[in-house]
Amino acid sequence: MNLLLTFRIAIRALGRNKMRSSLTMLGIIIGVSAVIANLAIGQGASAQIQSQIANLGNNMLFVQSGSMNTGGMRGGAGSSNTLIPEDADAIALECPSVRAVSPGVRANGQLVFGNMNWVASSSIQGTNEKFPDIKAWPIASGEFFTEGDVRTSARVCVIGKTIADNLFAGSDPVGLTMRIRNLPFRVIGVLGTKGQSAYGQDQDDTVIVPYTTAQRKMLSQTHINQIMVSAISPAATFTAEKQITELLRQRHKLGANQENDFFVRNLTDVAEAADQSSKIFINLLASIASVSLLVGGIGIMNIMLVSVTERTREIGIRMAIGARSAAIRRQFLIESVTLSVVGGVLGILLGVGASITISKTLNWPTLISPVSIFASVIFSVLVGVAFGYYPARKAAGLDPIEALRYE
Amino acid sequence: MGAQVVTETSYATDPLLGPALITLDHVHKTYQMGDVEIHALRGASLHIDRGEFIAIMGASGSGKSTTMNILGCLDKPTRGSYFLDGQDVSKLTRDELADIRNRKIGFVFQGFNLLSRTSALENVELPMLYLGVKTSERLERAKEALEIVGLGDRINNMPNQLSGGQQQRVAIARSLVNRPSIILADEPTGNLDSRTAVEVMDVFQRLNQERGITIALVTHEPDIAQYARRIIVFKDGRIKNDYMIKEPRSAREELESLPPLVEDEEDDE
Repeated sequence: MNLLLTFRIAIRALGRNKMRSSLTMLGIIIGVSAVIANLAIGQGASAQIQSQIANLGNNMLFVQSGSMNTGGMRGGAGSSNTLIPEDADAIALECPSVRAVSPGVRANGQLVFGNMNWVASSSIQGTNEKFPDIKAWPIASGEFFTEGDVRTSARVCVIGKTIADNLFAGSDPVGLTMRIRNLPFRVIGVLGTKGQSAYGQDQDDTVIVPYTTAQRKMLSQTHINQIMVSAISPAATFTAEKQITELLRQRHKLGANQENDFFVRNLTDVAEAADQSSKIFINLLASIASVSLLVGGIGIMNIMLVSVTERTREIGIRMAIGARSAAIRRQFLIESVTLSVVGGVLGILLGVGASITISKTLNWPTLISPVSIFASVIFSVLVGVAFGYYPARKAAGLDPIEALRYE
Repeated sequence: MGAQVVTETSYATDPLLGPALITLDHVHKTYQMGDVEIHALRGASLHIDRGEFIAIMGASGSGKSTTMNILGCLDKPTRGSYFLDGQDVSKLTRDELADIRNRKIGFVFQGFNLLSRTSALENVELPMLYLGVKTSERLERAKEALEIVGLGDRINNMPNQLSGGQQQRVAIARSLVNRPSIILADEPTGNLDSRTAVEVMDVFQRLNQERGITIALVTHEPDIAQYARRIIVFKDGRIKNDYMIKEPRSAREELESLPPLVEDEEDDE
């Protein structure tokens, strides 16, 4: 008695009870689709956080100047002028957990090219040549400015994609001259697309100039607004944070009972916490969904047990005309596995459909991973076997004489 | 009715003809019901040859059903042996018995025992599924068996679309489709009206006479037993009587002498 025939017998038996079969499947359908949809939502959220982490740069920390504190007025972070370029140099030299450092100067203002101008939220950033490395932000065309440009306060700039698109309207900006705050700058490179930041800002709407140029030629200031730091590894961001704090307290001659006049922000830290919590969230969703899958499995077992009792006479007939116990057991096992697998496949379709609908209507990012689909199929088979085995064994163990006499 | 009963005391195998189709040799069957032992069979011995048509009779509790179960390889003797086609089947395992039932025994039951919501054709195919007959051959043989019982035009009907007599004929087709050594019919006319009963007995008689199929019929109705050619009467777990019927009733003749029936039952769908 081969498997294909047993399969046909099982399918025929299921087909004879379409209503009951489909209701039984519904449990599995709902379970599997819940798992798929929840994983898709969770993984979508996780993937978004991951990409934001990648956006943050290479194990990045920010040092910002502290708040101004004059006569009861406290400004926000960065409102005082406590950081100077030498602080950045010192961090690069003396903190072993630090890989690269760049001073940062912020400005804003109008950008003009020909008869076009652009102001919007454009941020003008002054950095040194290590910016692309620290931010993990490669150049799309042209090149970034060099250490020499920084030393000589050269009037060169690198622009983000948004500005390249809007101000230069399609033509290649590299080599052209634009005006920043009314000063002519030569565009030497265009940055690759970075997209939105975690806070929804367009990161490509930016102009990068040597920080020395920003200090001397635009803002006439000697201090800097922030220091961008890249630690040697994600784990090293914590030690780097400590080393930087110690070093700056020492350099700023702060006594033991004085507050820091700067802030160190460890972005990796925050992002990783967010990622962790999203993973916990996924696991929670998936485990709740698995419970419904378990309930679906119990539903299958319940129906199969009812079915065995109800079909006792059928089992007796089959045994009388020569079905071996194994054939009966296989028939019922295949019936339950078929219920669970067909339910699983329909559940996958429903789950994928639900994920797509959710991402379209609610604008949530969803990610349907092949692993979750594969796992659902495997799990469905397991549910079918696990919950079908007992009823199948019960059917196979019936005594043909008593089964035939069963009313 | 018209049949004459001739009493014969014993029935023996002719040593020249080789082993009988069925030999029960001092078969005992004891059931344990709690603390009580029930002796259903107390040493029954019986030979059945190929081509016979026997009727097994007896009151309830006489051991005829137990004998039927043992003959049908649904049950094993507690003591004694059972030879079917020269093979001792009293010591076989559950699975081996299932195979014997599949290949050598056809069952017809009182309650028809067809699979519901399953067409006549699929019901008849069932024994061949367990034998592993190829699809094309299976279809052909199932159709042929249904034609033999006169249901060639009803192969796609579900049991609930068939009359009782037709259902029983589907069951007979199912019982003969694997070309068994013997068809065992357990009260096959018990659920049928008298005319339909005669029709079903006609099918059995034709199978026996035209195709030489061995048939053993269990019945408590003496009228029905008269269609067989030999009657075995059980009492208290032993064979009390075993005799040939000189002139069995002929279902064919009786059907011909009956007034023609208005065809109301067979053609409603």
